[in-house]
This record gives sequence, C-alpha cells and structure tokens, in this order.
Amino acid sequence: MSGGEKRFTPLQRTLHWLMAAMVVAMLFIGVGMVSTLHPKFLTLLSVHRPLGIAILVLAVFRLGVRLWRGAPPLPSDLPLWQAAAAKASHYLLYGLLIAMPLIGWSMLSAGGYPILLYGPIYLPKIAPHNDALYALLRSAHTWLAYLLFATVILHLGAALFHALIRRDGVFASMAPRRLKTSNRSVGRGSLP
Amino acid sequence: MTNDGRTNANIAPRALSIGAALGRLAVIGAVMLGAAAVFAYTGGWLSPHRLTPDRMVAALSHRGGDPLGHRRNHAKGICFTGTFEANGAGARYSSAPMFAAGAYPVIGRFAIAVGDPNAADATGRVLSMAIRVAAPDGQEWRSGMNNSPVFVVATPRAFYELTVAQGIDPATGKANSAAIDHFFATHPDSRPFAEWAKTAPWTTSWADQTYNSLNAFWLVDSGGTGRLVRWSMQTALTPAFVAHDELAKRGPDFLEQDLKQRLAQGPLYWRFVVTLAKPGDPSNEATKAWPADREQIDLGNLVVAQAQNEADGPCRDYNYDPTILPAGISVSDDPLLAARSSSYARSFDLRAAEAADYPRAPKAAGDKSAGDKAAGDGR
Repeated sequence: MSGGEKRFTPLQRTLHWLMAAMVVAMLFIGVGMVSTLHPKFLTLLSVHRPLGIAILVLAVFRLGVRLWRGAPPLPSDLPLWQAAAAKASHYLLYGLLIAMPLIGWSMLSAGGYPILLYGPIYLPKIAPHNDALYALLRSAHTWLAYLLFATVILHLGAALFHALIRRDGVFASMAPRRLKTSNRSVGRGSLP
Repeated sequence: MTNDGRTNANIAPRALSIGAALGRLAVIGAVMLGAAAVFAYTGGWLSPHRLTPDRMVAALSHRGGDPLGHRRNHAKGICFTGTFEANGAGARYSSAPMFAAGAYPVIGRFAIAVGDPNAADATGRVLSMAIRVAAPDGQEWRSGMNNSPVFVVATPRAFYELTVAQGIDPATGKANSAAIDHFFATHPDSRPFAEWAKTAPWTTSWADQTYNSLNAFWLVDSGGTGRLVRWSMQTALTPAFVAHDELAKRGPDFLEQDLKQRLAQGPLYWRFVVTLAKPGDPSNEATKAWPADREQIDLGNLVVAQAQNEADGPCRDYNYDPTILPAGISVSDDPLLAARSSSYARSFDLRAAEAADYPRAPKAAGDKSAGDKAAGDGR
C-alpha cells in the first residue's frame, strides 16, 4: 500500500501547520508580553488579541473538518497506552485551542477593558464586568496556557517519536509532503 | 485484527540498533527541552535581571503598609463620577469620538502617589487624577495624570531604581533616605521634578490642582495627520497652599474630607487643555517640560459631580491604563507608556485576585474609617 492513503487530507494538513505556527507564536507572544516593560509590550498585546480570535475561528472550523473527514487510523501495534495518550492529548489540544481565546475574550470583558480587535473593530463583551470573575479567568488563562504549551511539547515529542523511532507512518500522515524516509520504510514494511 | 479502529501491522521498518534508538531519543529529548528552555527564557524565568512587570510591581509593593487588594501605586484614592463636556474644538485635531461636541460619562479617581493605601494624606507629594471617558460607540479614553509639571524619571529602569530606593527597610521600618538621595544625585534627568517637589507649595485639596499627562501622545485627525501633544486638566480654582507641617495636623484623610465637602456644594470643573508640540520638543522624555509658549487649545471641561469611597466605588474595578485610547489618540514613543500599561495590568491582576483583602464594605455614608472597621468586623 502507499503511505498516501493513510494521510490527513490536504486541507487538514494545511490547517494543522498553519495553526501550529500561530499557536506557537501565540504562546511565545503571551509569555513574552507579560514579562516585559519594553515598548514591544504594546505591539505584542495588539497582535495577541486578533491572533487569538483567528485561532478560535480556525480551531472551530478545523474541528468541523476533523469530524467530517476523520483521521487516519493509528498503527495497530501501537501500545494501548500510547493510543490512549494520543487520543486524550488531541481532545485536550482541541479543547484548549477553543477555550483559550474564549477565556481571554471573557477575561477582558470581566476586567472592564474595551476589546480592540484590529483597526476600528471592537469585540462585544461576553462576560459581566466583575472583579472575581476576572481574577478567575485571568489565572485560568495563564495556567491553561502553560498546560497548552506542555501539551504542544508532548505532541512534538510524540510526533518525533513516530517519525524517528517507530517510523510507522503516523508522522508522515500529517507531514506537509511525503517524506522520503517514511515512504521508504512504509514500502519495505508493506511487503508481505 | 482489528475493529478497534487501528490498522493491521503493515509497517515494519528495519529495527533500529539500541544505540541508534537511544541517539534518536536523545535528539527528541533535546528538542523538547530546548523548546521549553526558549519558552522559559521568553517568559523571563532565566533572566533574573530583566525588568519585568512582576519585579516592578513587587518593588512598588514594598513601600509600607499592606497593599493587598489595592493598586500598587497611587494606592490611596477615591472614586468620582462626572462628565467630559467636549466643546468640539478637538474634532479638528483628533477623530476621537469624545472630542466631538457633546457630553460623555466619566468614571475617575483621585489619588496620592504612595504605596500604602492607609498613608496619611500629608505624605502624598504627588496628587493624581485618573479618568475613563466612554463614547457611545464603546470606545474609551483612559488617562492617568499627576499634578507635577514633569515626571520624576524618563525610563522604566530609572523608575524601578527609584522605587527600590523608596522601599521600606525591614530593620528600621522606614525608607532609607540616603538611598533616595543617592538616586537623585545620580539621575540628573530627575532634577526638574526634584526641584518641583522641593519648592512647590503643598495643597489641601485635589480640587485646586492641575493634572498633567506628562507623557506625550499623538492626536490623529480624520485625514490621518498626527500632532504630538501633552494634555492637562486645568483647575478653575486658585490653589489654597499651606505649609507642610500644617498639613500633618489635619488628620490622615483631609483630601477626601475636602473633596466631599466641596462636592456637597456643587460640581467641580477642570478645563481640558491640549498643548501642541513644536519640532524638537521631546516626545519620549517625560522629565522635560516643553517651552511655556507652546500653543494650547481648550477642548472642553471635565465636570466632577460626585465622589464615592473606593472600596465599593465605580472606579475600583477599572485599570487606568493610559494606553487604552480611542481611534484618534495614539501613544508616542515615550517608553514609560508601555511600562505603565504592562505594570498596571500586573497590579490589576494582583488586586483582583486579592479582593478578599479589601472588602467591598457597605459603609455609612461618607465615612471611610467606619466602613473599614465594619469590613474588619466581617459585617
């Protein structure tokens, strides 16, 4: 068989890599901006909001595409715990990619801040102006960001584990284009 | 196999040697650790000397008293509500909706620039006014202004050094005046402020002071033309100055008492005046006054109608971040503005999380101390 049959659709791969770049940028912008007094703080803040909303829109769209097009099955010889971890981490990733922007948006609403998206466009407030709610959401935004970063790092580690150690076609299924090494190993393995 | 959704084992790459597998595992581990390290570096955890909002706010929190639940600077203050009445002259210079002729609601705050929310008013050398002006379309203009003609420092780093110098020495329970003297001796930029602080008369009232933006901003008109400005809220009253030792005899809360007494008689007014820079006037040095002959334009009045105790007042849950601006006003390259925004956000986050330390006491009308006691009793 060819590796191509077990790959994500081109739309799914495009969404994955586009969002990977956006989410990694977002995590670094977030952790960087809250730790600086430099004038770039204002620039980072002005990027953080529209980028977060873009991630929210794309994540909801991507979830729809995922439900519609599904995903290639995992290799049958993958240990059960790894399969379970893969499944759980993907639920977590989808959940966080949708929750984080919504928490950020609600948090600014609860903090009484105007929510400038870009240029003259403001977002409506989606939570009441409330100090206690703000404190809760603000703290959740930080801790869930750390959880998201940790999940992204584990996801990266697992992807590399599939690509370099197991060489089982899982990485190739999401790779931007067919990888020579993966194809070669798939070819060998597919000989009965 | 398999009806568990997984495929047959049809992929069997040549097995890696143990050594090769370990090598590749090491590469994977290094990539993961490297990414985590870059993240930690970006977050400042590996840079103990980076000036972060956490460190700035921590320094501000060590200037006496218990600031939990309170703003970390300008910690003692009182809310007010009123109206910004634009005369329409600003529309020529800025597309900000609140500069079009009309009246716009204001939630504001008067404060003294101290770290201790229970400081005696006589210890507040700098008085401040903060405003949040809301336009009907939801845009906001927030501004924090001081009664000094210039700011004490030009950079966030210098502000941090000054704040550290003002810290309370745990051994003595007091700030180390030698450290503060050393700061001013080694920061010539701060001399104009120091001169003002030494020579300007002390006041008994927030009402008779003029408050200055200190930082520069751009007013941008509907055609996109920008003009560098500073602005002021100019008092309509003649200041009633007193000697400083006279103030100390007035009790700890004379500013609040004065404000409430005045407002009981009627509203208070400030003229909102914008000063236009000329080429060469510094946009990024808040320590330097602009020449006195610069053109000034009167854009309207601030009318302060009522005061409310901060604990349950409308200003409590607003962050007077001076970079929250409508279209038509934008920040200059003054490095203090981003630092104020970043630090105020940190202070706001902290005090929101510490709200239990600053109860929203329902209190006897106009009696702050009674309210605090009531809160302490858990009522």
